[in-house]
Amino acid sequence: MKQLIKEFTKGITIENPTFGLVLGLCPTLAVSTSVANAIGMGLAATFVLLGSNIIIAAVRKLIPNEIRIPCFIVIIATFVTINELVMKAYFPALNASLGIFVPLIVVNCIVLGRAEAFACKNSVVSSVFDALGMGVGFTIALVIIASIREFLGAGTLLGATLIKGFAPVTMMILAPGALLTMGLLIGIVNYFHIKQKTNKEITKAGCDGCK
Amino acid sequence: MPDKPAQENTTEAINQLHVFTSPHIHSQETVSKTMWSVFLALVPAGIAGIYFFGLPALKVIIISILSCVITEAVIQKLNHKKISTLDGSAALTGILLAYNLSSRVPFWVPLVGGIFAIAIAKQVFGGLGANIFNPALAARAFLLASWPKQMTEFVSPLNPDAITQATPLMLLKEGKFHDITQLGISYWDMFIGKRGGCIGEVCIIALLLGAAYLLWKSYIWWQTPAGFILTLGGLSWIFGTSGLFKGDFLFSILSGGVVLGAFFMATDYVTTPITKKGQLVFGISCGIIAFIIRRFGGYPEGVSYSILIMNAFAPLIDRYLRPRKYGTKLKTA
Amino acid sequence: MDVSKFMAIMISMVFINNFILSKFLGLCSFIGVSKETKPAVSMGLAVTFVTTMSSIITWLIYRFLLIPFNMTYLRTISFILVIASFVQFVEMVVRKTSPGLYRVFGIYLPLITVNCAVLGVAVLNSETFFPNNHTIAGGFLMSTAQGFFAGIGYLLAMLLMSGIRERLELTNVPKSIKDVPLAFIIASLMSLAFMGFNGFRL
Repeated sequence: MKQLIKEFTKGITIENPTFGLVLGLCPTLAVSTSVANAIGMGLAATFVLLGSNIIIAAVRKLIPNEIRIPCFIVIIATFVTINELVMKAYFPALNASLGIFVPLIVVNCIVLGRAEAFACKNSVVSSVFDALGMGVGFTIALVIIASIREFLGAGTLLGATLIKGFAPVTMMILAPGALLTMGLLIGIVNYFHIKQKTNKEITKAGCDGCK
Repeated sequence: MPDKPAQENTTEAINQLHVFTSPHIHSQETVSKTMWSVFLALVPAGIAGIYFFGLPALKVIIISILSCVITEAVIQKLNHKKISTLDGSAALTGILLAYNLSSRVPFWVPLVGGIFAIAIAKQVFGGLGANIFNPALAARAFLLASWPKQMTEFVSPLNPDAITQATPLMLLKEGKFHDITQLGISYWDMFIGKRGGCIGEVCIIALLLGAAYLLWKSYIWWQTPAGFILTLGGLSWIFGTSGLFKGDFLFSILSGGVVLGAFFMATDYVTTPITKKGQLVFGISCGIIAFIIRRFGGYPEGVSYSILIMNAFAPLIDRYLRPRKYGTKLKTA
Repeated sequence: MDVSKFMAIMISMVFINNFILSKFLGLCSFIGVSKETKPAVSMGLAVTFVTTMSSIITWLIYRFLLIPFNMTYLRTISFILVIASFVQFVEMVVRKTSPGLYRVFGIYLPLITVNCAVLGVAVLNSETFFPNNHTIAGGFLMSTAQGFFAGIGYLLAMLLMSGIRERLELTNVPKSIKDVPLAFIIASLMSLAFMGFNGFRL
């Protein structure tokens, strides 16, 4: 049980997909314009992560090693399609504001990364906890970034106005704001790593990080 | 020195052989002196701006300069670096930022703009000499993206309490007129600065005065400004709104911020190419981009964006237009 | 297809809706490979090639397979499979036939399979040029152009970024900002500069 809890918490803390491993940057920046979008994207990614981790862990001994990546992609794409159809049917507004990033979960490095790094080597139960940890970690990171951007850029949080008379910094919800927020947040994470001499500064980002 | 022993002579000779890396010839010009000279050259345009737009213009200039200087000092203090905030570069950024703002902006616009200019566009890159983008223009782009409404309200000259008046370029963009006579101002008005616009861009004659001083003192060279202004004016003349070769050359270079931008911002030492040839390419490219934005873009004025975009190209221009090493032959591909 | 539509796609994909600076597609490789100009340009060329080819292929699949058989819900899964196998195939061909070309951009091909820019442009094409699953006139050429110029926009951003980062190699950047965070901040300022083209119309 202790092991399982560890699998869960590592995704939120030290192996946080956004601030620890710097994966899945494209959706992180694109959908963090509002907290509502961020939660939606986080849950959608968690769903895909959970489904693909379970199936891959279950059939891991049946998949030949040479063609494992194509197999993973098919399994992930299946869950992405399910997710797409469900969102289109029940959450059309959210689906519209997330746009092409819903089908693009299929190339989100977090999902393929967990399949390759964890699910194909571990049991179904621990894969479930791993997926939940990673999903929650991703969602939390998204919500943090989205809160900063929505508050500064639109003066609201989840659509509610917080301070009256605050002229919002519109740039923060535009593209440059996303890049700037991400750069500064990684800088802050690095600053603490350097201060505590953990040698965990982020020097790489993106998909090369998991190779 | 014949009376010295031979041993000592040799040591001295060896000491004289120590060569430091270039530059070997130093003039009296320091970074600080250059920066303050450019600052000085900008002062007439500021006085004209205050004359036309009143005390609010002075307020914007002062807040902007103070914001830049204090932000730089605070960041250098936090980074335990030597505080060099009075070398004039921060003040220059501040005055340029203010010159690119309307006199009507609320006090926090130059304040936030100054912080952005120094903290994000300059110190993050490692401070003076390292930044890629012109800090004042980056801050202006940031302000325009963030508060488009406050940034595009202008007052009429000599009547600062008056209703907001759009700049000539804004009216042109809205298709309100095709000819300067319809606008109710003359070329002379535009030359002395009697029109709506940003604080420092309106008075062309004051800007030219400062620019002449800088050219005379060789702080700037003619390549960038000439390339910029002639390209923009030429393109506006050739592809005129009312037909080919019917554009208004004078209007296009007297309106907007092209004189301010071409002489004082496209010639910035840090963010533009080093070689003369590179500067010519830089100026001409700025002119082309500014024309495209003015003509086809959503914004009425493209000068500041054109300089920012070309700032991103500057490292590549420097690399591909590097002067040939003395004694080497041109590579034939 | 008239020229102005073509020009509009070009300006839009290269400057206004630049895949990296405004759509955030292909950021991973952008940050990862833009440290030096040579690999950055090679990567950009490889991406341009793949986005163009995959625009062509996925358009054909959408038009002649998915729509007639009413299977458009299989879009994501079929696109990713086709793109992945196409990239693999090209990599093999290039490796066997032209070692020179392979050195220039072949080694970057495997990295591109999961580059979201490639799938992104395919999905975008299928949404723009098949409104409600109807084929529109000139859609094939326009989607090919969209794929090509998306790649060119990527190449441009890569080229500029690598030039800037090479110049910054020797400057005294604060340690916690060095590399990745600084690359984001540069991209942010570039994105601000490119906003000058907003509202562009011919």
